[in-house]
Amino acid sequence: MSVRHALLALLSEGPKYGLQLRQEFEARTGEVWPLNVGQVYTTLQRLERDGLVESDDSAANEGPQKGFHITEEGAAELADWLRTPPDLSSPPRDELVIKVLVAIDLPGVDVHEVVQLHRRYLVELMQQWTRLKEDESRFDLNFALVVDAELFRLDSLIRWLDTADGRLKRATVEGDASVPQPFPLPKARRKVGVKQ
Amino acid sequence: MSYLELRDVSKVYGEGATEVRALHRIDLSVDAGSLVAVMGASGSGKSTLLTIAGSLEDPTSGEVYVGGRPLPSLSRNAKAQLRRQSIGYVFQDYNLLAGLSAVENVSLPLELDGVATRKAQSAALKALEDFGLKDRASQYPDMLSGGERQRVAIARAVVGKRQLLLADEPSGALDSTNAEAVMRLILAACHRGMAAVVVTHDAQLASWADRVVFLRDGRIVDQTLPVESPEAVLADLPNQ
Repeated sequence: MSVRHALLALLSEGPKYGLQLRQEFEARTGEVWPLNVGQVYTTLQRLERDGLVESDDSAANEGPQKGFHITEEGAAELADWLRTPPDLSSPPRDELVIKVLVAIDLPGVDVHEVVQLHRRYLVELMQQWTRLKEDESRFDLNFALVVDAELFRLDSLIRWLDTADGRLKRATVEGDASVPQPFPLPKARRKVGVKQ
Repeated sequence: MSYLELRDVSKVYGEGATEVRALHRIDLSVDAGSLVAVMGASGSGKSTLLTIAGSLEDPTSGEVYVGGRPLPSLSRNAKAQLRRQSIGYVFQDYNLLAGLSAVENVSLPLELDGVATRKAQSAALKALEDFGLKDRASQYPDMLSGGERQRVAIARAVVGKRQLLLADEPSGALDSTNAEAVMRLILAACHRGMAAVVVTHDAQLASWADRVVFLRDGRIVDQTLPVESPEAVLADLPNQ
């Protein structure tokens, strides 16, 4: 989560005070990511140093009443950040994947039991997130979007576990579970979001 | 108090070399007002469990109680009456009758149970209204979207004094927004006191349940713990 760019986005709507930026940041992120005032001011100072925002220079407007506005460079930086996809091109070294891979050949360990243990934990997490979404009294569009993102992330892990479970079961039936298959790697990795 | 109870239930199809053990010594109880999801891969026995719970099939061994009544000891007619009066079914492909309008589909189980047509249609209309489908009441299934068809199917499953809702992949053919709407309706039925079982391979669907039971090769291998403090997940989020 880039606080820097989130603050630029809020300032692109018009000049704002530090305290106001903190409140609006929390509201826009469904109050899921708390932000302390210190973090806001440190980030604003860096943005000012980089010429992306400017502060009201009147001495009367120091402290919480000090206002900030976005510069042209800041607006360009924001537009560029919004449209640059995050780097998802290289597979993350996922701890869950590693645990399952290690469990496959470990003596005395049932890999399906390991898979199920992680599956249950992930479903329990999803139940907690769904419970938060279910409570319509706290319904807020931004909060619902954050919860959906988390549910889809956890769901994708469960789908991988389900697929792994099925693949391992078939491999055991076919008797080739212990034969490592070569994993073909692409010769050239496409760079996402980088202009050539 | 549990409304549905399966005790030591097994189901075997075929015999000898062709024998398939679909369910093995299943114990499951579902309280009135609660939603239980049964998760498992294709062929794990989910649908068999549901058809046995709904008295559409008998177990090879074990006992099934619905509302305290032991199913295997009931006559065929008594089972049919129990299905009409107490159990609502929701299927992935809706199973609406194409020649009947939405309101006629919903009122049909009441009419089959002897309720006068006018009274049955009035109850069906009320159910459709509760589900935001009042203006769709006179439409036929092929005039409705997938999400609307499934909402009609759920209205049909909960209309009257049903106490047990059994759903087999109820949102399998729907997008995630409609799937969420379907689960909210099923949950609302539970909050009104129905017991519900949803079988699915979809974790997003299962996560609406009070309890998730995991089925593998016909056996219950695991289940989730009760959700106590959902807010805890917010505290675990990494800060920026």
